[in-house]
This record gives sequence, structure tokens and C-alpha cells, in this order.
Amino acid sequence: MAKKAKRERLDIYKTFKLYIGGRFPRTESGRYLTETTHKGAFVANICRASRKDFRDAVVAARKAQSGWAGRTPFNRSQIFYRMGEMLESRRDGFERALQERAGYSEKKAVAEVDAAIDRLVWYGGWADKFIQVFGNTNPVASPHFNFTMPEPTGVVASLAPRSAPLLGLVTSMAPLIVSGNAVVCFVDHDHRSIAIDFAEVLHCSDLPGGVVNILTGHRDEVLGHVSGHRDVDGIAVFDAEGDERRSIGLEAADTVKRVHFYDTPDKADWSDSAAQSPYWILPFVEFKTAWHPM
Amino acid sequence: MGKQSTKSVKDLLFGDLWEYAPAPQGTDFVELDERYGHYIGGEFVGLDSEETFDTINPATEEKLATISVADEATVDRAVKAARKAYDNHWSKISGAERAKYLYRIARMIQEKARNLAVVETMDGGKPIKESRDVDIPLAAAHFFYYAGWADKLDYAFPGATIKPLGVAGQVIPWNFPLLMAAWKIAPALAAGNTVVIKPAETTPLTAMLLAQIIDEAGLPPGVVNIVNGAGATGAAIVNHDDIDKVAFTGSTQVGKIIQRAVAGTGKKLTLELGGKGANIVFDDAPIDQAVEGIINGIFFNQGHVCCAGSRLLVQENIADEVIAKLKQRMSTLIVGDPLDKNTDVGAINSREQLDRITELVGSGVDEGAQKFQPKCALPDTGYFFAPTIFTDVTPSHRIAQEEIFGPVLSVLTFRTPDEAVKKANNTPYGLACGIWSDKGSKLFRVAGALKAGVIWGNTYNKFDPTSPFGGYKESGFGREGGVQGLLAYLEVR
Repeated sequence: MAKKAKRERLDIYKTFKLYIGGRFPRTESGRYLTETTHKGAFVANICRASRKDFRDAVVAARKAQSGWAGRTPFNRSQIFYRMGEMLESRRDGFERALQERAGYSEKKAVAEVDAAIDRLVWYGGWADKFIQVFGNTNPVASPHFNFTMPEPTGVVASLAPRSAPLLGLVTSMAPLIVSGNAVVCFVDHDHRSIAIDFAEVLHCSDLPGGVVNILTGHRDEVLGHVSGHRDVDGIAVFDAEGDERRSIGLEAADTVKRVHFYDTPDKADWSDSAAQSPYWILPFVEFKTAWHPM
Repeated sequence: MGKQSTKSVKDLLFGDLWEYAPAPQGTDFVELDERYGHYIGGEFVGLDSEETFDTINPATEEKLATISVADEATVDRAVKAARKAYDNHWSKISGAERAKYLYRIARMIQEKARNLAVVETMDGGKPIKESRDVDIPLAAAHFFYYAGWADKLDYAFPGATIKPLGVAGQVIPWNFPLLMAAWKIAPALAAGNTVVIKPAETTPLTAMLLAQIIDEAGLPPGVVNIVNGAGATGAAIVNHDDIDKVAFTGSTQVGKIIQRAVAGTGKKLTLELGGKGANIVFDDAPIDQAVEGIINGIFFNQGHVCCAGSRLLVQENIADEVIAKLKQRMSTLIVGDPLDKNTDVGAINSREQLDRITELVGSGVDEGAQKFQPKCALPDTGYFFAPTIFTDVTPSHRIAQEEIFGPVLSVLTFRTPDEAVKKANNTPYGLACGIWSDKGSKLFRVAGALKAGVIWGNTYNKFDPTSPFGGYKESGFGREGGVQGLLAYLEVR
């Protein structure tokens, strides 16, 4: 990692691996990407995830999903809060990483970490509230009790934002998992290592393994595979334009996947409150309506 | 299974002992034109088009009217009319004004209810008691319900900024023609959009009667445009560049084609597709009520229902009893003239659909399932299919996997609630399921585990404008009905 001047001791480099099923495996492909700081200094040889890694991550996500959805919303809420706690206690490392690797100013780095922590806490609070806000009883014109409530869609592939290495990832992931989805996040930008740093936060937050899986690599080379995977229920996409959107939509149609293209806030706006909304939860929930005579 | 167990059930076979006197619904007051075109920009047009098709009465195979086919140019005209109406009028008037137009439509549907019901039955083959008591009242209620939302949208989605999408292109099926038109048009208009809608080619007539109602209601020209035609016309709507939103109800196969067609266009899409609903009967269920629910679940509207309970999952220890009672109940079903008020099962909607049902039933026999049909005399003319159940069905049979969309029930058994859930969810579809049990905790737990958008507990096939309807998985996405139904027609941020 970036060296501090005049250190007597040789520091050790960190090996950044993938995060799949609550473990940190290397990519099965053995391929790597060399990540450098914004100034070009060596950061790490990080994993260049393959289609097989994606498939493995989907298996892990599927395995974890029903258990996660089965947790009480109160419990999910607490786990979100725990993520916030873990990030808060590691904030120095993230601030340093954002500055050294991504070239943030200190002020900007502090702001991004602040916003990421606050966003986790904010979404955590929604876990046991969005159902009340978006669910309801329905006054049907017959002697039936009838109610509607949102349930998670299932396994969602997330094509994570290409900016804001920490806050972008948190912003894209939180509204997906708060409802009980499991996600496979695919991270493709110049500072992917920060996503893997964040995986360590998730890993010690009581979040069950497999609920969030993080892969680093080139989006282009797995895109068709992600959109066409038959055991993926939805695709949450940031930073895709015309042709990419079309190709995702075409593949997704084979299994009637839910596809949602989120608007990327301007870089400066990631921490704005407009980048967090309970309405970001809605694209990946299913409304279930139940009837019973009374 | 169930072969000798009929002995334990008393036979009461009306069909053999008594005859019902005919109770025909009169049709003398129904006035249909010989030719229908389209309703575009507030005018009835297209009566001179060369390409046409006939719409027939599937119960008699007699022609009812000749219908013009809308080509791409006609669809373009309709979209332009909708855009103009959106830009110049509909997006500018207040929600309260939009509401009053919708209330007018609801009222006029009620006023013309019997006429609409009779035409629905003549054109589509469904029993008059269903079109009269279900389709038409629900269509009116749907307009009435969404009318009330038009000026209350700000209260629907707390904290959000909302705006209409623009022009909605809508394609609807033949199983509930007017009701589906109401499901599509009412929320779209309430939310402030204008529409171009295409009814199914086998059931265009009530849509054209609705056009007359809309015209009489004085809706601004172009707010609702109705074009006739088959798949090519639907494709012209879906692919039109100036459509902002596509809503489709129909088969999963066509739904996927549409999802591909809108990929990358930015058009908002909702799909209400096929189903293979499981009706789960536990051994603690009130059996007689469950049998009624099973009958209603699969034979309502000849089984032409996307949410039909077409797979009966019955707990093994009561399977013989349930199947025996079911067979007995089936033998009391009156199959025949849809216009007779006593008819339970009417005509199959089209020759094509009858062929598809026949083919799938043939596959059930070929794959080794046991077929049962009660003795019932089917009319000599028209498209009819006797109520059918299959026992000894395995989950891999085509009749357990594919949507038959006809009066055909596949019976499977299970031992534990977990097995029931597993079998119920073992399909790419996820539209509706039924659960029959007297035990509340069991019912709730199973309801939670089922992957389906509508769960009927100790009832089946109930619909209401306030109640969202729509699927999980390959049964589509988006909801129709309720406050959630507005989401399909609004941008919500």
C-alpha cells in the first residue's frame, strides 16, 4: 500500500480477494487486475472476477436469501446499525484509502465516510417501517379481510456505481438488502479495493454470509452472463447507457427479471439526501396480497 | 386414487335426474354495428380499411361483426392523438376534473351494465351470470375507485414527488375483455396519462361499446384511443417511439417478447402474465367449502383465468375424499349456452384455444395421468370443453407445468406443509395460490412462504378494485388495483 515516507519497517501489502458466501476466496480464474493509486503507485493485484465467480456468488446469495428474509425486520435493522458501528470504528482506514488511493481531499474523504455511515443507519431504520408505509389493508367490497405487503424479490445482481467507491456501494446495496433480498454486487471502477475493504465491515457486522457478495472485475465481460442468469430475480443497475441498457434488458427478459436503472447522482450529490429514498427499495420488492373471509 | 371411494359419498346427480328449464338471457335489445373500426382522437374511424377480421360468438360460431385492423399508420395516428391530448389538455386540467370524467364513465357502465354483459357473453363465451355479476360490476367499480385517486395522488406516496408518464400503450387479453380495459384505462387516466389500448382480436366488442361510453362522457378527444387488431397491431403500439409506458396482460411468452422489445428504450413496463396457481387443501380444511373453492378456482370463466387454481395440491390422507366429492360436484356443473342464466361453464373463447386445451389434455393422457370428465352433453355447435380433472399427476407432467387456460385441473398430493409449499412454488409462475385450512397459524405461515402475488385463504378468485393484483417471477411485474396500481402509471421519486 502507499508508503509513508521514512518508515523503518517494511509494511505488508494486503491481498484483496472476492467476498462470496461470507468468505474471501480468490477468483477461480486466477486472473488479476493491478490497481494503482490516483497517482499511479501500486495498491494491489486484485481479483478479476469471472463468470464462474458470479455463478458461485449467485449460489451463495440464493442459499442465504430466505434466511435473511426470514429474519425479523427488527433484527435486520440492528444488523444495519451494526454495519454503521463497524464502519465508524474503521473510519480512519477508509478516509486514508479514499485519500491515498482515490485522491480525495481530506474533507471530501471524511464527508464520504460520514455519509456512508449515516446512510446505513438511515436504511436500517426502514427495515421495519417500509412495510408499514408501502403495505396496507384494502377495504374490499365483500366480507373479506384483505391486506397487501411488500416482500423481497429474491436474488438481485447489482451493477454498482462507478463513482464514490464507498458511498456509492453503500447507496446501491442498502435499499436492496434492507427488504430481505440477497445481492451480488459487481464493482468496476478504478478503486475496487475499497469495496473489498468494505466487505470486511460487512463480515464483522453479524450480516449472514451470502447476503451481500462482492465481486471486482470488468463489468463488460460478465454483463451478458449476469443479465441472463436464470437464478437471478432482478438486476439493479447504476451507470449504464444506451447499448448496455438494451443488452441487459434483452437478456433479462428470458426469465422476466425485474430491471431497474438507478439515476446516478452527480459526484457531489452522493451524500445528498436525494440519493437515499424508501422509493429506492420499491423496484426490488413484490407486493403480496392476501384475502380471507370474515 | 379415489376410484372406489365414491361409495362413501351420496350421489346426487342433478344432471341425470332433472333438467333445468332454459333460462335464456334475452338479446333483442342489443344493437351491434356490422362493422367496427377504431376510436381515435374522439372519432370513430377506420371503417374503410381493407384489412379486417370477423369476431364471432364462440358458442354458436356465428359472426357478430367485422372489425378493421389498425396498421402502423393507424397506430401512429392514435399515438399522436394521445400525445396531443396529453400535452394540450389532460396534463393541464386538475385532478378533480379528471376524477369527474372517470366517475362519469363508471356511472355509464353501470347504466349500460346489462347490455355490456350480454355483449361480453356473446363475444367471449363466458356465462352470463359471470359477465353480469362479476365482469361488468367490477369494471364500473374500477373506474369509480380510481376516479377518487385522480385528485388525491399527493397522498398516495408519502414524501415522494410524482408525475404522470405521458402516453401509455396497453394491450389486453380476451378472458375479461371489458374488465381488463378498465384495469388498464382507469389508473392510467387517474394518474394523468393518456392511452392507446388494443383489445384482444377475439373480443373487441365491449371495448367498442366502452368507446361509445367514453365519447358520451365527453372525454377530451385523444385521452383514450382504442385500436383493433391482432399481434401486429399490438407490436406497433409497443414499438412506437412516442409511447412512454407499456402495460400488457397476456401470456408469459408474449410478455417476454414485449420485455425484449422495450429493452433499452426507457419505456416503463408492467406485465401481468400467465400462472399455474396451486390450490392447497390441508386435512383440517372445511372440505365442502374447499371443494366449492376448487370448483370456482378452476372452472370460473372456463378456466380462462391467469390466476386459476389449476393445480390442486391436496393432503394425501384426505385425497380420496376430496377427489370423490370433487367429481360429484363436477357432475352437477351445467355446461352449455353462455346466455343461459343457469350455465356454470360456457364456451371456450376460440377454436385456437380449444385446440390448445385439447392438445394439452392429450399430453396428460399420454404421460400417464388419469383423466376424469363428468357425463355432460356438450352443444353441437360452438367451442366447448367438458370440465376435466387429472389424478396421478406428477410435477413433471406438462399438465402440471404449463398453463392450460381451460377447465382442466391437475391433482397432486402432499404430506407436509413444507412439501406443499415446495410443490406450489415449483413453477416459473407466481401469480396466485389458494390455501384451505382451519388453522390460522398454518395458513399464515404457508401464505408467507408461497411465491405468489395473490393468496386466497379459504376462498378463491376474489377480485376488488382496492386489492392489488399481479405476479411474482415469470407471472410478471407491477400491480393492478389498489394504491400500488398507481405506481405503474407514475414516476415516483
